[in-house]
Amino acid sequence: MIQSIDYAAIAPPLILAVWAGLVLLLDAFLPRGPRTPALLGAVTLAGVLAALGAVVAQAVRATDMETFCVPPISPAGHPSCSFVVDGLTLVFGGIVLATGVVVVLLSAAQLADRSIPAGEWYFLLLCTLTGAITLPASRDLIMLVVALELASLPVFALAALKRYDARGSEAALKLFLVSVISTAVMLFGVSLLYGITGSVHLDRVGAGLSRPGALPDSAFGLAGSGGAPAGVLTVAVVLVLAGFAFKVAAVPFHLWAGDVYQGAPVPVAALLSVISKAAGFAGLIVVLTIALAGQARLWAPIVAVLAALTMTAGNLLALRQRQAVRLLAWSSVAQSGYVLAPLGAGRASAGAAIAYLAIYAAMNTGAFAVVMLVGRGRERTTLDDYRGLAFRSPAAALALAFFLICLAGLPPGLAGLFAKIVVFREIVDGGLAWLAVVMAVNTVIGLYYYIAWTARLFTPDPVPAAAPGRLPARPVAVAIGVALAVSVAFSVAPQLVLSAVG
Amino acid sequence: MSVVLIALLAVPLAGAVAAMALPRRSEGDHEPDLRWFGVGVSGLTLALALVLAASFDYGRAGRMQGEVDVPWIPGLDLRFHLGVDGISLPLVVLTALLTFLCFLYLVRHRPETGRFRALVFTLLVLEVGMIGTFLALDLLLFFVFFEIVLIPMYFVIAVWGGADRRAAAVKFILYTLLGSAVLLLGLLLVWSGTGTLDMVRLAEAHGQGMARGVQIVAFLAIGAGLAVKAPMWPLHTWLPAAHTEAPTVGSVLLAGVLLKMGTYGFARIAIPVLPEGAAAVAPWLGAFAVAGIVYGSLACLAQRDLKRMIAYSSVGHMGFVLLGLATLTPVGINAALFGNIAHGLITGLLFFVAGGVKERYGTAQIARLGGGMLGRLPYLGSLLTFACVASLGLPGLAGFWGEMLALLAAFDPAPGLSRPLFLTFMVIGGVGTVLTAAYFLLMLSRVTHGRPDEPTAAGPPPSRAAESLEPWGEPAEPWDETSDPWHLPGRPGEPAGDHADEPAGERAAERGGGHATVPAGQHADERVGERVGGAADEAAGERPGDRVDERAGEPLVATAESGEQPRVRVPDELTAGAVTTAAATGAPVPQAAELAGVPVEPVAGEAAAHPAHPARLWDVTPYELAAWTPLVVLTIVLGLWPKALLALTDPAVRAFLGAP
Repeated sequence: MIQSIDYAAIAPPLILAVWAGLVLLLDAFLPRGPRTPALLGAVTLAGVLAALGAVVAQAVRATDMETFCVPPISPAGHPSCSFVVDGLTLVFGGIVLATGVVVVLLSAAQLADRSIPAGEWYFLLLCTLTGAITLPASRDLIMLVVALELASLPVFALAALKRYDARGSEAALKLFLVSVISTAVMLFGVSLLYGITGSVHLDRVGAGLSRPGALPDSAFGLAGSGGAPAGVLTVAVVLVLAGFAFKVAAVPFHLWAGDVYQGAPVPVAALLSVISKAAGFAGLIVVLTIALAGQARLWAPIVAVLAALTMTAGNLLALRQRQAVRLLAWSSVAQSGYVLAPLGAGRASAGAAIAYLAIYAAMNTGAFAVVMLVGRGRERTTLDDYRGLAFRSPAAALALAFFLICLAGLPPGLAGLFAKIVVFREIVDGGLAWLAVVMAVNTVIGLYYYIAWTARLFTPDPVPAAAPGRLPARPVAVAIGVALAVSVAFSVAPQLVLSAVG
Repeated sequence: MSVVLIALLAVPLAGAVAAMALPRRSEGDHEPDLRWFGVGVSGLTLALALVLAASFDYGRAGRMQGEVDVPWIPGLDLRFHLGVDGISLPLVVLTALLTFLCFLYLVRHRPETGRFRALVFTLLVLEVGMIGTFLALDLLLFFVFFEIVLIPMYFVIAVWGGADRRAAAVKFILYTLLGSAVLLLGLLLVWSGTGTLDMVRLAEAHGQGMARGVQIVAFLAIGAGLAVKAPMWPLHTWLPAAHTEAPTVGSVLLAGVLLKMGTYGFARIAIPVLPEGAAAVAPWLGAFAVAGIVYGSLACLAQRDLKRMIAYSSVGHMGFVLLGLATLTPVGINAALFGNIAHGLITGLLFFVAGGVKERYGTAQIARLGGGMLGRLPYLGSLLTFACVASLGLPGLAGFWGEMLALLAAFDPAPGLSRPLFLTFMVIGGVGTVLTAAYFLLMLSRVTHGRPDEPTAAGPPPSRAAESLEPWGEPAEPWDETSDPWHLPGRPGEPAGDHADEPAGERAAERGGGHATVPAGQHADERVGERVGGAADEAAGERPGDRVDERAGEPLVATAESGEQPRVRVPDELTAGAVTTAAATGAPVPQAAELAGVPVEPVAGEAAAHPAHPARLWDVTPYELAAWTPLVVLTIVLGLWPKALLALTDPAVRAFLGAP
């Protein structure tokens, strides 16, 4: 069997993969000079922008593309494809690559002190981006797992790449162990799904599961006439969910977040909190809405409970934090809960979750960028370091205030407010009143710490500011500008993202 | 007309942006001089509001006019839908007016924490949110504007507020945010039941499409959100702290406009859109309302701080407004809307005057004001009296009609509501009016009446006083011990001179440390001389020993006070010389000797034997008068001619309720 390959469809990941190899070669053969890291950064940035351009081109064409297809089972059927470019793929591609641009810019600042080898860093970064944009396009279980691993594995190395940094090594090890376990758990679930349906393609898995008589009733835990395999589907669903819950740092698999975010360099934390999370959610949404669409009543309550627990735990942990990155770490756990919540309504469409994720990506990346600017290579920044920032560097303070208020979901941060409204609406429509109330309470808890941080920015500081960090500010300033522009655009016209997700 | 609506939002917004963008006047300045800029922008907004009022078609006051309706976010069904009718027009004008008056007041009364540019920005953004709330005709747009006011108000309290501002600001924002989150859920519930966010269509539908249970739940959620803002007892606890700590302009806008957003929401959304839910919950609303009336009045009776007392009086007044709403009759809702406006005018005035008092005396503690304001500051005292009398509902002034009509409506509630219950509410509310009168009159008798120099009995208890006296007990400067005419033993076991020179030190310390309202050095000398002369005459009839004993207690108050930040502002024209006398509160005694001792050496003890208040306080300044007069005039006009407002609100209310 020969599969035809639609290169236009796979252009974005292909560009990134080729660029990753290019960066590695350049690193090996370019003469070492003082400007080499900057040059590699520029090349990487060009690659990410090229991939983003390819995604935009695909979006402009506005037709779904499919490749790596197998012929349909019945002659009248539709071929099953492993790689599909549709609205979901494009939105996630946009989120990942736009955030990727910001992360590359942050990296340029991070790498300036030469404690991290630039070539390896950019290579790994491009690899993880490749995995992250392949994931939402994946429509078969194997490709899904491979893409997820491609997105995850380089991150461990990125976290540990700073030499002689015990904290970074610890973070990398924690991340590695957690991720390996979650992969194992998910693989087990995936293999059960394959075992039940005999297919790896998600559409066929979905069809197989919803075909009448395909499953004994007891698979749902209901009293049924069929014998085996009792509860297998439930186990499979729970295991797959658990695997993804690790990736998106949902409760009860969230405990790694604080230490890892803080131990890793700030660009890696930004990457983890946005790109890895987006990849995890992409996989989760693809599996839930395509392969398990017919089993919503099985997974929806689990997801709803997970969402409620995740947002509550994240917010309560964030409430007590004194360090900026840790606060963002736990708050991003809480935000994962908000993204999960609309999925808990069990609808076929994941539009609300994706919209929230897109808006979250813009504002959270921005917050990390400002943290990078303020910290600039210092070991850690406590919230008190932000006291009086408005008087030292008003632009950075205003940007951070805007991002935080967006994350809190208050005007003038309308993007966050609208994102929350979208999610609330989905939940209320789905009849999950209890989840809506839990989320409302959580929103207020979140507001408290975001506002407390924002208020610090405008409090005069009696103590003179600590010496500025040693890393350059210009790329970070550009990164902040990009995130701010996108956040403001989402605030004024959230329709941009709402129409994209349907 | 729709252009005016847009401009009402665009002008303050553009002004806010411009305020941040304006360059500094010169290198030396910290920020540009924005005093008249703020007045200009808010004046323009007020002019627009007046144009709106002039172009309003009063024959169709019940219909939405000047509607603007453009889709903003189709994905959320959110439309940028504005309009004005008889209910919102007075509130829009009130908002524009109060904001303008606040800026006018700020021209000469800048916050001592500085950062005036940020304050202008914040107040203008606040104005956008407040006006937008009253103009919005889309549920989500209403919510967005409702939320916009939160962050600016948080910063107004947290940056420019009093000593306890941080806690008050946090309490304010957490309370109101929790309310907002619940409100949003209620609004979304309405949306999911009816499929539209259009307030006009929802009001016309009179709750069709929503089951009774859904309506009750939605009303509870929306009502809870609005009740926090209103505030309704028992959700009011954020209010006293916020009002007390906020700067004058913050208190004025908080009481004058922000509270109205809650009750406006009831009249505009909760009751018309969810009639069955309202009918089911109305008895509870009424019960909480009268509880608020009585509780507010009783709490006022117990207050020692003028601003806190006014804050609690707001709880009581908003109780009347809520009682009017709870009756669900046109009379009651008209009463509520009238009470809204009246309360905005009168409480705005009260907070302005209380802010002025605090600015002059350095405290708003009723006990420390010491009585006799009518004698000492006749204009300020009169204005305070006027505002209090208006607030307690004297017939003929605006405060009367809202309360009277609310009680009248409770006499005859909407069909379906229990009449005996509402009669009970009416009786309790009536008792509340008496209590309201009681606390205002009691406060007036303490503050405005009496002889100006009569010391007040109410002070810290002697034991605490003695403690706090200890560090000061040793004579720091024995300069006037011999010259003290009241050279009598104050307390056994202590050197006689102590008590006498103690107050002198304190008094001058106050002058130096911030309570100083005495302008410049040479003036100070004159003044002390004058005072001493007068005091000697007055004191002649009294037993000297008593006098000294009394005075011995006096500095304690000041000592306790000196731990706080002195937060007094002197009008600019008076400040020039006084700056030089501003001494650190920590080391006031030597200064005291210089200031009070030197020129009046022979009778320093007598000077000391007087209350800690500075001798002469300046009366109402022109800027204050300009800011306050419109409120006084409107209070009288609405009191004498209530129909002007009722004719405006009545058609809209009847249209909402479907009443003939």
